[in-house]
Amino acid sequence: MSILVGKDTRLIVQGITGREGRFHTEQMVEYGTQVVGGVTPGKGGEWLDQLPVFDTVSAAAEATGANCSIIYVPARFAADAIYEAGDAGIPLIVCITEGIPILDMIKVRAFLDQRGVRLIGPNCPGLLTPNEAKVGIMPGHISTPGNVGVVSRSGTLTYEVVYALSNRGIGQTTCVGIGGDPINGTNFIDVLRMFEEDPTTEQIVMIGEIGGTDEERAAQFIADSMTKPVVSFIAGRTAPPGKRMGHAGAIVEGGTGTAEEKIKALEAVGVLVADHPEQIPDLLSAV
Amino acid sequence: MKLHEYQSKFRFAEFGIPIPKGKIASSPQEAFEIAKEINGPVVVKAQVLVGGRGKAGGVKLARTAQEAEQLAASILGMDIKGFAVKKVLIDPAADIQDEIYLGVTTDRAARRTVMMASAAGGVDIEEVAATTPEKIIRTHIDPFLGLLNHQARIIASGIGLPHESWNAFIQIARGLYQCYLSSDATLAEINPLIITGDGSLLAVDGKMVLDDNALFRHTDLTEMRDTSEEAPAETQARQAGLSYVKLDGEIGCMVNGAGLAMATMDMTKLFGGSPANFLDIGGGAQADKVAAALRIILADPNVKAILFNIFGGITRGDEVARGILQALEEVPTDLPMVARLVGTKEEEGRAILAEAHMITANTLAEAAQKAVDAVQNSPSK
Repeated sequence: MSILVGKDTRLIVQGITGREGRFHTEQMVEYGTQVVGGVTPGKGGEWLDQLPVFDTVSAAAEATGANCSIIYVPARFAADAIYEAGDAGIPLIVCITEGIPILDMIKVRAFLDQRGVRLIGPNCPGLLTPNEAKVGIMPGHISTPGNVGVVSRSGTLTYEVVYALSNRGIGQTTCVGIGGDPINGTNFIDVLRMFEEDPTTEQIVMIGEIGGTDEERAAQFIADSMTKPVVSFIAGRTAPPGKRMGHAGAIVEGGTGTAEEKIKALEAVGVLVADHPEQIPDLLSAV
Repeated sequence: MKLHEYQSKFRFAEFGIPIPKGKIASSPQEAFEIAKEINGPVVVKAQVLVGGRGKAGGVKLARTAQEAEQLAASILGMDIKGFAVKKVLIDPAADIQDEIYLGVTTDRAARRTVMMASAAGGVDIEEVAATTPEKIIRTHIDPFLGLLNHQARIIASGIGLPHESWNAFIQIARGLYQCYLSSDATLAEINPLIITGDGSLLAVDGKMVLDDNALFRHTDLTEMRDTSEEAPAETQARQAGLSYVKLDGEIGCMVNGAGLAMATMDMTKLFGGSPANFLDIGGGAQADKVAAALRIILADPNVKAILFNIFGGITRGDEVARGILQALEEVPTDLPMVARLVGTKEEEGRAILAEAHMITANTLAEAAQKAVDAVQNSPSK
């Protein structure tokens, strides 16, 4: 068992003929993901390796029975790519693209909510269910199957944690990168709820960072609705306020969103918070 | 990207928001001419991209053009929290009866644009939000409907605005939201929006922050960027496509990924050191970008050791290693360097770096510890 993606995932790739799309499609296929086709407007009818390329998502979905789409389209076209996937009835959309304007994302999110479509990202590394499906850019070889669910706002920091877990023989159910943008499709609470309901997941690692209040709200949810233990790490203790730290989301705004506040909120509800990412395996053994 | 007060207000005016008929001056002489033309008391306002300029003496009232000239002479060149004043705005002094706060920003938790107003304008709005949050009236704006008139009325009513000012207020609220949308802003605020003695409304101070990710569709606004108020290294980094923030510590950090970069900074602190910078080379960085990043780190005189933490995914260890060597050829250094390379092409990367005689580490903790030790053992310490 796993959440969001697995053996039944039938994936199409939006932007499959672009540099990123092509490279990661190969990687996902190599990992064993069931990639069924791709979309690049103007290249419909062509083939990429063994995969059919379509002009539109609706044509791709109809021909392949896809139930998931991944987007590697440049930022200025990405919002339209998400609308297109939503319009075509794809129930799960993963958007890797970084740099989508905030006002575009506000509209995208309102549009998807009306249709009941789940979006992961944008600006995220995607999803990985070890030995079943890799939908995104996480390096597959660092993960290993097991019973720990991982959810993170970061990219490479997620790899760091997954790598540390696997090195200590702790496998994962699914690794979920929700992305670092201020407005995204799926937040910590959404994923925590899925892990809580997933019978295979026994423990959860939540990796947060400065900015926003998603971690604080997650802490409340953990206190109210979670039975499974959650351990955490929050990046950005040394980040000065008012400065943007790369991710559009990672900025401490006027006294809120600091690492200290998040750690305090999590510890208050009994979540163990690691001092550094490589401590997480120890904390999992302790709970 | 932040806009200056004058840039924000001139932009507001394009959307029908009444602002004082002021002009911008770069010299005392210009200030004199503008004040003479206004022919009445004026306010001389330092234009810097940092708050608290009033308390720092950067905003002064002048009764005559001569006085405006003198004040401009003292304010121009003044240092406000590390920012040198290069321009002053000369506005006609306003007849202030009441001060309102009106702002538009993103409410991340609600995933909506929010308009906020308070009758307690003119002061630190964060302070109002922290101590008396009930005094801030908020309305969330549907992205497909925009700001509706009744929402503006709810705000007007909530802050106790006199009925005779409602129509003017609704026009301003709608203008501000349009301005926010059309500029792809993440913040547009009028503080204060004043009620004058004759009951009219006037935006006497303004502030805008634009979404850097949306600048591609606003070339006119991009030209307004004031790089003179940015640390030169941050300008260089931005132009190289790097994300860099200078800090006060001694360990220069080069990392791929924002979250990992922050975690690496945190680690240096945890092990008793301090980070000199945040630097994210981004995903898939190639040798040139890495070389640019290293040059920026080496240009910081506080740096006593360099820590490379690269977790390869899209980013390849061999590319990063080549970039490091390339930069070291151009800018040789005796500083100790600690490298940790994991993930895609880690073996190849390590082999390339072997000739640079770096300290190597396998784990993040080991890398941080070695960087901290290197600073403590450095001869300049």
